[in-house]
Amino acid sequence: MFSFKGGVHPPEKKGLTAQKRIEHAPIPAKVIIPLSQHTGKPAKPVVHPDEEVKTGQKIAESDGFISLPVHSSISGKVVDICPHPNTIGKDMLSIIIESDGKDEPVEDLNSNREYFCFSDDEIRDIIRDAGVAGLGGAAFPTHVKLTPPEYSEIDTVIINGCECEPYLTCDHRLMLEYSHGIIEGLKIIMRLVHADRGIIAVENNKMDAIETLTREIKRKPNVELAVVKARYPQGAEKQLINAVLGRVVPAGKLPLDAGVIVSNVGTAVAIKDAVIKNRPLIDRVVTVTGTGIKDPKNLLVRIGTKFRDVIDFCGGLSGEPGKIIAGGPMMGIAQYTLDVPVVKGTSGILVLNDPEVFTEEYNCIRCGRCVDICPTCLFPYAIYRNVRHKKWDAIKKYNVFDCMECGACAYVCPARLNLVQSVKIAKNHTSRENK
Amino acid sequence: MILNTVILLGGIGLVFGFILAVAAKKFAVPVDPRQEHLLRILPGANCGACGFPGCSGYAEAMIKEGADPGLCTAGGTETVEKIGEILGREASLRERRVARVLCGGRDCEQKFNYVGINECYAASSVAGGFKSCRYACLGLGDCVKACNFDAIRWEPGKIPEIIPQKCTACGKCIEACPVNVIKLIPEKAEVYVKCGSHDKGPSVKKICKAGCFACRICVKFCPEKAITIEENLAVIDYSRCNGCGICVKKCPSKTIIYTEKHSSKEPEERSKKKKNAESQATNHS
Repeated sequence: MFSFKGGVHPPEKKGLTAQKRIEHAPIPAKVIIPLSQHTGKPAKPVVHPDEEVKTGQKIAESDGFISLPVHSSISGKVVDICPHPNTIGKDMLSIIIESDGKDEPVEDLNSNREYFCFSDDEIRDIIRDAGVAGLGGAAFPTHVKLTPPEYSEIDTVIINGCECEPYLTCDHRLMLEYSHGIIEGLKIIMRLVHADRGIIAVENNKMDAIETLTREIKRKPNVELAVVKARYPQGAEKQLINAVLGRVVPAGKLPLDAGVIVSNVGTAVAIKDAVIKNRPLIDRVVTVTGTGIKDPKNLLVRIGTKFRDVIDFCGGLSGEPGKIIAGGPMMGIAQYTLDVPVVKGTSGILVLNDPEVFTEEYNCIRCGRCVDICPTCLFPYAIYRNVRHKKWDAIKKYNVFDCMECGACAYVCPARLNLVQSVKIAKNHTSRENK
Repeated sequence: MILNTVILLGGIGLVFGFILAVAAKKFAVPVDPRQEHLLRILPGANCGACGFPGCSGYAEAMIKEGADPGLCTAGGTETVEKIGEILGREASLRERRVARVLCGGRDCEQKFNYVGINECYAASSVAGGFKSCRYACLGLGDCVKACNFDAIRWEPGKIPEIIPQKCTACGKCIEACPVNVIKLIPEKAEVYVKCGSHDKGPSVKKICKAGCFACRICVKFCPEKAITIEENLAVIDYSRCNGCGICVKKCPSKTIIYTEKHSSKEPEERSKKKKNAESQATNHS
């Protein structure tokens, strides 16, 4: 079975929601749509307060190549354009829309169309105008990824259905319920980057999804299924390429330098919706789970819905929450308010009651476990030590920018050191110095 | 036996001694005796407040490059006067300043419980700090660890207090503070604004009882017109301030407070000083 070097295998805890079908969350009374939900420049608003908008209407235009437009996810009236708390912890300029309850779509939303007659560039424009970003978490603009530079020779597209984060099941459900859409999306990506091999990679703890996809790809000669070992972080781009194809993406380079494009299953469905159904990215599947939620669910949520509204639909909180995390437990970001909106990169809302929060750090005992399991072969303990002693020059030789902050080192650390935080500080400091 | 050893070792010693003596004469680097003298006078804390690499670097710079002899704030007036004597130059200490923590938010609300590396620079990188005011002192003591002079009094979680007598204005704490809540102000200052928030008035009032919300009352009442509002924060011009204390009495949020310089003075003395200042002003005009 395919796998990579290092990694950990935390308790999966996916049983809470793995068997629950994706439900449509109700239209919220108010949405908060941040202008920057993607990597790159924030979008520029094209609506004004008091303006009426419809579902799917473009409310902010992309500003530059690495940027994306933003669409209204409900119909109603723009109330305000102001800074609002965001899942990344900072206040961000957001468009606030109050619903009129009608959910009136723009004219040609959800129309079926054939895309074979479009040119490659036309399809890329459609994907950009639909605001499609990578739904795995980093939210990188998809049209940029699908515009490979001339010199690159891409032969393989990998659809990432690993979902190695514990608790999350949104990709799992997508593979079961929207398997056709995933294949359609894969075909569009393969056409745009001129690749003749498509691989869907699924971890071996999702046997039902593997069955469904095997049935789906039966008569498609250039699409195959790769079953990979359930191991964290199997779903990280570079680790997945290494596991499935045996290729190594050099440090500081992109997957396309190894001739591969990796895309999340959710992104594949979003691409298909944008190209075939003319539907911009206005909703996404979110796993609402954890011991702190009364009735955990997989939900199709409109972008901009407050966490509070989503949790209320799942029966509310079952007690005083100990920790609320946007995303999964390993890489997600802890939140301090439930007023933050669901954005394009929000794959899950995890509420833990009485969490095992370790506030005390002990001393590093040099056991070397963090080095053993680091999937990118870094020395987390050394980065931590140098950050604590503020030796910013010494940090430069430890390649902090190769770290994807998967958190496996902090997970195994017997001294409970805040290793990932130290890497984040090192990255911030180094990039500030380089400026 | 023993004699042989003594002669051999003694002989080697004599030969090497002679070589060293010759080398010391021949390759001697001429050092200005004043430089060594200066080094003995300087405090030797190597704090870097003068901007040179340590005390020896400063001593060398004064001799060779003619650096300003009044830069050693750590040594104070006495040291600077001695330096002046050695160099035979007029030397006066730059106006002595002390560091002050410009945050009075004792009961500032926490935005969230911070769990992580227990130091200010780390905490400030998580969602802009865990205090509800982004200009607030985080109280984890980075400045205390940076201070070479033991001039900061601090209890974990509280806002640190700088002891002006010990502070040498070397600037180490200012460098260490990630929220820039420590500033240097003249030592002779009798009042200061204990807030660094540039947020607009209403939002300051919502989260902090001790913050400056730019009400302009101090600007209106200051008889010397020494206070201005810059970016929603009262700023005192110490070249004009005479320490009358009207601003302290009028400030509704008690953000402007006295320094210890003030309380040690008698009210009569103050009025005398003021009269002097007035008569001087009339003389000038």
